[in-house]
Amino acid sequence: MDPLDRYEPIIDDFAAFRAACERPLGHVARVNTIKTSVERAKEALDEEGVEFESCEWQPGLVKLDGTTTGRTWGAFHGWLHGQEEVSALPATVCDPKPGERVFAACAAPGGKATQLAALADDRGLVVANDRNLGRLSALRFNAERLGVTSMAVTNRDAGNYSLAPFDFEAFDRALVDVPCSCEGTIRKNPDALDEWSRQRIESIAGTQKSILRRAVQATKTGGTVVYSTCTFAPEENEAVLDAVLESEDCRLVEFECGLETRPGITEWEDDRFDPGVEHAKRVYPHLNDTGGFFCAKLEVAG
Amino acid sequence: MSGPNENDGSRFDRLPATAADRAVDGRATREAVVGFWTDRYGVSPAVFDEYSFWEKGAGKVWAFAGEMEGPVEIEALGMTFLRTRQEHWKPTTDAAQRFGEHATRNVIELTREEARRFVAGEDQDIEWEGDWGYLVVAHDVAGEPEPLGVGLYLHDELRSQIPKGRQRDL
Repeated sequence: MDPLDRYEPIIDDFAAFRAACERPLGHVARVNTIKTSVERAKEALDEEGVEFESCEWQPGLVKLDGTTTGRTWGAFHGWLHGQEEVSALPATVCDPKPGERVFAACAAPGGKATQLAALADDRGLVVANDRNLGRLSALRFNAERLGVTSMAVTNRDAGNYSLAPFDFEAFDRALVDVPCSCEGTIRKNPDALDEWSRQRIESIAGTQKSILRRAVQATKTGGTVVYSTCTFAPEENEAVLDAVLESEDCRLVEFECGLETRPGITEWEDDRFDPGVEHAKRVYPHLNDTGGFFCAKLEVAG
Repeated sequence: MSGPNENDGSRFDRLPATAADRAVDGRATREAVVGFWTDRYGVSPAVFDEYSFWEKGAGKVWAFAGEMEGPVEIEALGMTFLRTRQEHWKPTTDAAQRFGEHATRNVIELTREEARRFVAGEDQDIEWEGDWGYLVVAHDVAGEPEPLGVGLYLHDELRSQIPKGRQRDL
């Protein structure tokens, strides 16, 4: 049985969802405003004869026609970074301001963490952490190419993250883009579901809970924590939020985004979740012709 | 183990402000680092006002947009910026791209075709009347010059210093 079949009860127009999952995704690039302006980056693409379209919900995202980002001058200059369209969502929801301290808990290979730095005008501090040393070198390569100077990189387990190397007690914001079963990346990677099993999802969900808990604890009262995955599995999405809402002093808050989305679900199989999970957003491939995604915004209380 | 006067390559230590503040042998100073960019490339010292400078590794200087109490035992802090502890200090490719737009001296502008060869890692015979040594290499993109990286100019030849992993066929 196809693992995605189990979502038929929660996805309207399931046939359209199915059809979208079969279609490959085009190449999308984010303009890195640390090094240039959106206008100049587009001018450079025009100059090279690269055809592109702007993404309506995010003018700094361009869909490239007939080439990959890496083959452009913009990529060499660090003006462009190849990034799946929908993966540009959580950093905009996190919305860091210049001077703030932001934690990117699982940051490699760095698309979202460098976007956080750009949103804060490369002023403040983005602590980009990842447990995997190999992926960390990709993160550092990207951060340097994109000219990020406000980032500190650490190599730890995010689930028991220690602020000991730093001279401050808490972050203003955190982006918790956790490792997940990656069901939503099927359009990019047709093998994404080969390793799928319920057991695997349950095991990843345990890790996700510990990382989100720690991020909430490490964020100051009134601060923002954004939780995201690129999967549809409620066990890794609403169920993780539900568990963390129960153990930590925080709440889910509403947010706007220019994409068409569906609310988080409050029931799944035999489970019922905190009604607050409805503020989370589910992004399905057929709604905006993107990959699949899940994003929630939390406010730390206490 | 490194003694108190030696560089500990495993952590970030802040550069001393001036030579008089130096405790670690051979460590570059903030004054000298800013002075290097001003003297050699004409970059205004004000460009670096909000940056702190750190050494991690032997002579590898990092630029961080902000302040922090050191030493800091982490993987990276800001961006790699300059190679010191060698006869001729050398900016990194990424620093040349990030800060080279402020350079007013020792900037060599290439044609598009020369730029293509430069980023592919090729050495080229190019006329240059200015100083020899490490130059900021730029070309025109979208109406303005944009730095590509660092080239070493010696004996009428511009040697590409773009690291292998950054080289591209464009």
